[in-house]
Amino acid sequence: MKIGGAAGQGIQTIGTVLSKTFLRDGFHVFGSQFYLSRVRGGHNFFQIRVSDHPVQAIKEELDILVALDEASITQHLEEVQDGFVVADEAAVNDTTPENVISIPFVDIAKEVSGNKLFSNTVAVGAVFGILCYDLSCLNTLLSEIFEKKGEEIIEKNIAAAKAGYDYVQDGKFKGVCKFDLTPNPVDGRILIDGNDAVGFGALAAGVQLVSSYPMTPSTGVMTFVAKYADRFNAIVEQAEDEVAALNMAIGASFAGVRAMTTTSGGGFCLMTEALGLAGMTETPVVVFLSQRPGPATGLPTMTEQADLQFALHAAQGEIPRCILAPRTPRDAFYQTMRAFNIADKYQIPVILMSDQYLADALFTYENFDLSHVTIERHLLSDRELKKMGDYRRYEITDSGISPRALPGQAGVLVVADSDEHNEEGHIDQTIENRIRMNEKRLRKLDGLKEDMQLPIIHGLENADISLIGWGSTFGPLAEAVDILNEDEVSINLVHFSDIYPLHEGDIGLLMDGLNHTVCVENNATGQFAQLLRTELGFEVSDKILRYDGLPFTPKSIIRELEEKEVV
Amino acid sequence: MVTLDDYKAGDTEWCPGCGNFSILAAVKKALVSLDKEPHEVLMVSGIGQSGKLPHYLKCNTFNGLHGRTLPPATGAKLANPELTVIAVGGDGDSYGEGGNHFIHALRRNPDITLIAHDNQIYGLTKGQASPTSEPGMKTKIQTHGVINTPFNPLAVAISLGCTFVSRGFAGDIEHLSSLIAEAVEHPGFSLVDILQPCISFNKLNTYSWYKERVYKLEDEGYDPTDRIKAFEKTLEWGERIPTGVFYKHDSTSFESKQPVLEKGPLVKQKYDPEELIDVMKSFM
Repeated sequence: MKIGGAAGQGIQTIGTVLSKTFLRDGFHVFGSQFYLSRVRGGHNFFQIRVSDHPVQAIKEELDILVALDEASITQHLEEVQDGFVVADEAAVNDTTPENVISIPFVDIAKEVSGNKLFSNTVAVGAVFGILCYDLSCLNTLLSEIFEKKGEEIIEKNIAAAKAGYDYVQDGKFKGVCKFDLTPNPVDGRILIDGNDAVGFGALAAGVQLVSSYPMTPSTGVMTFVAKYADRFNAIVEQAEDEVAALNMAIGASFAGVRAMTTTSGGGFCLMTEALGLAGMTETPVVVFLSQRPGPATGLPTMTEQADLQFALHAAQGEIPRCILAPRTPRDAFYQTMRAFNIADKYQIPVILMSDQYLADALFTYENFDLSHVTIERHLLSDRELKKMGDYRRYEITDSGISPRALPGQAGVLVVADSDEHNEEGHIDQTIENRIRMNEKRLRKLDGLKEDMQLPIIHGLENADISLIGWGSTFGPLAEAVDILNEDEVSINLVHFSDIYPLHEGDIGLLMDGLNHTVCVENNATGQFAQLLRTELGFEVSDKILRYDGLPFTPKSIIRELEEKEVV
Repeated sequence: MVTLDDYKAGDTEWCPGCGNFSILAAVKKALVSLDKEPHEVLMVSGIGQSGKLPHYLKCNTFNGLHGRTLPPATGAKLANPELTVIAVGGDGDSYGEGGNHFIHALRRNPDITLIAHDNQIYGLTKGQASPTSEPGMKTKIQTHGVINTPFNPLAVAISLGCTFVSRGFAGDIEHLSSLIAEAVEHPGFSLVDILQPCISFNKLNTYSWYKERVYKLEDEGYDPTDRIKAFEKTLEWGERIPTGVFYKHDSTSFESKQPVLEKGPLVKQKYDPEELIDVMKSFM
């Protein structure tokens, strides 16, 4: 189903309330959002898919369309196939097709609850009316949501929902129960989006400083951490700009806490100088880069995967770095924790790449397994330092990783420098030193490659066709493969979440075993395909590239495969 | 007892006669007078001849990027407020490239001392105008003379509520070291802008030029707690140039306003894993 309306009309509230009700009643929910870069007005929508089995992508067809504005009808009516369209009275005019049922959400709200603010809850009730769905779970949820606002507000919301429900049930839908949604409540399921999952992962990793400049679509991570900061002994600082944001995080990390910054493409541009600083001073830091379509301001609220080549090369000179791109919110939770462990182990910047689609997409899961939470700091203890004798921050080692002490530890001084420096950390411009230090830093990549995880393979083994993808495209790609496998097409998905460095040996071997390959990316130039070529010498057979600001749907992928006559 | 020898480090790369030597001596003297152990001190610097100063001291050092002295210093101070954090930069570093950070550090008020080597010229790039250069000063770039209004760091600091605003002179180590010591002791952001002749490139603001003009505010019975008067004093520049503490006021630092830090330095705190279960419940 899709709820459309103008910004400020409460679409997200309706979407969240519906999603959570279905979640608690034992369904699997997938939610995603489309919004414009404005606080009020414009046309936005929230799309929800409800299923009795796990779903990780959006469908193009709708069963129910809730239209709070006229644009919802003109833009999405064709997506409704044999379903229902309920519209706010204000969204309807003489030209509105007959199958659109108008409901006076505002009047109903005023009548039963005394305020037009309750019209959102009336709309939620109307949706459940169409579904002939029991309201008890919704009522419990409304009680929780409005607990702080008092009993009266709770009662008014419950009344508003019932009025919406009754209006539908007593009117044109009387006796019509097209959908069979039988609640089967389960415990321990969660509904989480990509941004919250990254924030949750950062808290689990023990992040103690987040310094960021707000930028869509990354801001949710900063907001999430801020909400829980006091309880997790963390500080979230809104920096004056992205330059300060990453430099501040680096300073905090140098002094011993886990630190991260969050940003999107334009902000990341400003951070590149400090990214090099993290590489040169060997200071661990996690940079959350949530992509949106560029260049410049681009399409601020839409989605794209076009910053990969930039992230791979950002900063002057050559520094070791790690790039991870979570597939799903669950992956984002674990990968965020891993990002901090990798950053600490190799004393490098780790770039965690997401995008607007993953940021705002809601997935249903069983509880995350918190027994997997491990915090590996790789810091020298006071006891180890005493045994060491002379401490050298940049001691040359086989692994390229030098022992790390913190400023303030008694008996040791930590000297870090952005200039080329010797093992003590002091400026040293001699040629021999430069070569030794540059090689030492880059040697970290050898160890890191061993720690990188292989892509996962979804669908048939040894298929004739392999789709290749990375990051947030996993859901639609996996579902496209499932649909095609059911149609007896020999196809699978090779999907990467660990992006850089790639392990020439293990990954190369896996890739060599593939037949016809189609790289599917949300960008115009096939940036991941380029990476496969430069790192592994691997050439993909075909590419499907989408760069209209929208995410892939399973159907859009299948359509393109058919057009290319791959399937 | 901490002695000057505790801070003694290797050779320097500054021009003979450079004002940086006096600043280095004054910093050492100040730290010794405060009895700070080298491992308790973190010097954060930017780039330029001033940025090398921490390398010539034995203490913790983070020599970062040009203009980016204050953000990592602020981050480090948040992570571990037990460290004495001193930021060192030049006039280009602190007021040009780092101007935005300077403004916002003043607004935040972290307990950091900024030692700004203000020689009114870009020395390391061989003699271009700086944000504080005198109008009319001719350089290879500013061939018709500087036409921009000089940046007034002290006036900006006072206008943004900085509670310790001072100016020192590299030709007077005794006075400078006492200013630095007082600034380090001050809880909150403290600015020590230092008039520092560049003997290689600034032929205008020389030692003798300054010696004819500088005077100490405290010698004239000046009251550094009057913010309006302090602002007036920052505008005095020409025949007479004031040094000393322009403005001083009680301060609550950025770190003191962080509830999380009431429990101790961040580096010494850990979270309770039980809290994770509670966060997960919010998604149900």
